Amino acid sequence: MNTELFGIIASFALMLVIGIPLGKYLAKMFAGEKVWTDFMKPVEQGIYKLSGINPNEPMNWKQFLKAMMCINLLWLVYGFFVLMNQDKLPWNPDGNPGMTADLAFNTIISFVVNCNLQHYSGESGASYLAQHYIFMFLQFVSAATGIACAVGLFKAFRDKTTNDIGNFWNYFLRAITRLLLPLSIVVALILTFNGTPSSYAGKDQFISLQGDTVNVSRGPAAQFIAIKHLGTNGGGWFGANSTHPLENPNYLTNITEIVSQMIIPIGMVLCFGYFIRRKKLGWVIFGVMMIGALLLLIPSIGSETGGNSAIAKMGIAQPTGAMEGKEVRIGPTATAFWSTFTTIVSTGSVNGMHDSTMPLTGLWQLLGMMINGFFGGCGVGVLNYFIYLIIAVFISGLMVGRTPEFLGHKVEAREVKIAALITLLSPLLIMAGTAIAAFVFTNHGNADWAVKPSAWLNNPSFHGFSEMLYEMTSANANNGSGFEGLGDNNVFWNVSTGFVMLLGRFLPIIGPVAIAGLLAQKKYIPESAGTLKTDTITFGLMTFAVILVLNALSYFPALALGPIAEFFSMPK
Amino acid sequence: MNNNIIKSIRITLVLTVILCVIYPVAISLAGKLSKGRGDGETIVVNGKVVGYANIGQSFTQPKYFWGRPSAVGYNAAGSAGSNKGPSNPDYLKDVSSRIDTLLKYHPYLKRADIPAEMVTASGSGLDPDISPAAAKIQIKRIADNRKLSVQQVTDLVSAHTEAPLLGLFGPSKVNVLKLNVALDELKK
Repeated sequence: MNTELFGIIASFALMLVIGIPLGKYLAKMFAGEKVWTDFMKPVEQGIYKLSGINPNEPMNWKQFLKAMMCINLLWLVYGFFVLMNQDKLPWNPDGNPGMTADLAFNTIISFVVNCNLQHYSGESGASYLAQHYIFMFLQFVSAATGIACAVGLFKAFRDKTTNDIGNFWNYFLRAITRLLLPLSIVVALILTFNGTPSSYAGKDQFISLQGDTVNVSRGPAAQFIAIKHLGTNGGGWFGANSTHPLENPNYLTNITEIVSQMIIPIGMVLCFGYFIRRKKLGWVIFGVMMIGALLLLIPSIGSETGGNSAIAKMGIAQPTGAMEGKEVRIGPTATAFWSTFTTIVSTGSVNGMHDSTMPLTGLWQLLGMMINGFFGGCGVGVLNYFIYLIIAVFISGLMVGRTPEFLGHKVEAREVKIAALITLLSPLLIMAGTAIAAFVFTNHGNADWAVKPSAWLNNPSFHGFSEMLYEMTSANANNGSGFEGLGDNNVFWNVSTGFVMLLGRFLPIIGPVAIAGLLAQKKYIPESAGTLKTDTITFGLMTFAVILVLNALSYFPALALGPIAEFFSMPK
Repeated sequence: MNNNIIKSIRITLVLTVILCVIYPVAISLAGKLSKGRGDGETIVVNGKVVGYANIGQSFTQPKYFWGRPSAVGYNAAGSAGSNKGPSNPDYLKDVSSRIDTLLKYHPYLKRADIPAEMVTASGSGLDPDISPAAAKIQIKRIADNRKLSVQQVTDLVSAHTEAPLLGLFGPSKVNVLKLNVALDELKK
């Protein structure tokens, strides 16, 4: 056993040790039971008073979604104008320019939808004002939006029959004051005391030991990086994200960052079970997700630590694994570990460049984002998984010849239609998007854009195709990582991924919440011998099979053209 | 709907004060107590800042230990990896020529002695570290160039090898800048 392996085992253990109790806490906290963070109550009451909000007002699913969409729309408009005019606004010590309209369009959507796909580079593309007042602000509130919507869905199943799925503002604010903000303070302190800058000083200049003049970008990054991970956002302060030695200075910060991006997704799954008083259901879902995660994780570690066979052929030693795009203080094992979790939970921060990972690691990264339901992003992971659950309930119902039921409510045509549409949405956006991109690349290579289509790809052949496929997949999954070799700051990618991100965010939130709202209004059917039990291992396996079949059917052809073809083209 | 808009604007303003003013300023103040006062930890030689502890810098002269190849030439105003895919033929040519360069300056080496990180670019382009093995292969060159004994330089590398976290977690590493500063001081 080597220390790199011990490092990821410790990280994994910490995720569970923190994530599991967090789930219990979240269930109590969102149910309004007594918890230790009740000392925040006066602060919350003050915020409600200043905002003119009554947090106890009941909402049906339509009112709930209206409130959610309204505030998200406001952020989109407000952020768009700030980003375009950041050069004219204060607090821009490095003198960075305003964003072009298409870049601002892409960037603001990216942060509102918790994606954090970045077509700009933090050091040269964003002022401190934009970084804090737009990006960091949205990292908090977009995560809280996802969590609030998930809790709304939970609430629909807590009561037998109800119209009230809870108050959006109440869940939204609690997610910030009692979860994201306190945890961010802890993580930001760990980071700043390990070398991540937290002061407002701008760029520095010094003369290096060899006599070169060097500039160093800095800034209040620790605060930003904390919520970037806790909120499964993933947008870096610096261009190179968490590979940057100021963003992720040592192995302790690496553990801190990977653990902090997993605890809320793990907690939310268990919270579901505890909140609706069906503990076992939460654990079965957790089990399915964990098996899925490990099935992606273990081969990724294998392919990264195995090294690049083309470099091995040159006679070079790769004692720890493939090192292109990786950092010495982190190592290939921890990079493979991170790459799996950051793709399944839609964080999309990276501690090593995904574009340079081995072909099969890229395959697992893509698949993690395509499935997008193994833990998944803050709140939205559970919502995505819920769609798989409904499909599994429907198929099981067909198999045994009964009207499908979920948690005591009949699942009928309307709900199944919504679930089916949401299931079809991802392959449509990813495949159509990639197909159009490939078409433009082949047929309109000289289009007069900021980056000519013929110059988009940083790598030839299969890997180049993977770069385009990855970008669309990441946008749809609201992940935000990239095969960053892609020349993506131009009107085509900014606009296309902008729309993909919007649809890939809001429809998979609206769908599940609507299904839950509709189900909750129906008469409650008490359990009988003929009820399909959803909290059993058998049903867990059924759901797993549904996930596998749906995704294999949708994505295998595209994956075969990209990472799989590249794998077979590598020297043995 | 109108009602929602007003509420949205008001809560956005209130949260902006909490999340974008109070929270970051509080962390920034706490950060003043950290080693680099929250500005990033610097390394000072003779009263002059010669670099940041966590930011790698370019070393090309034969009297210094070299760091890893960098896609941004260690220009810390930005940061990036090469984003080259593992099967890219141009990239593999680059790797091959880096191997040749290393062998030219270290004629005593066999190919199998060269650790991968010395011929591959880091993720950030600013990697401050190399592995102990990568430092070891450069010892003879440094010793010859500076007219030091191999033993002296080996001791220095050992002294600057940082063990894994708590001796258990993660890789061992050598900070190239710190090692080179110590090397300069050794000469006096």
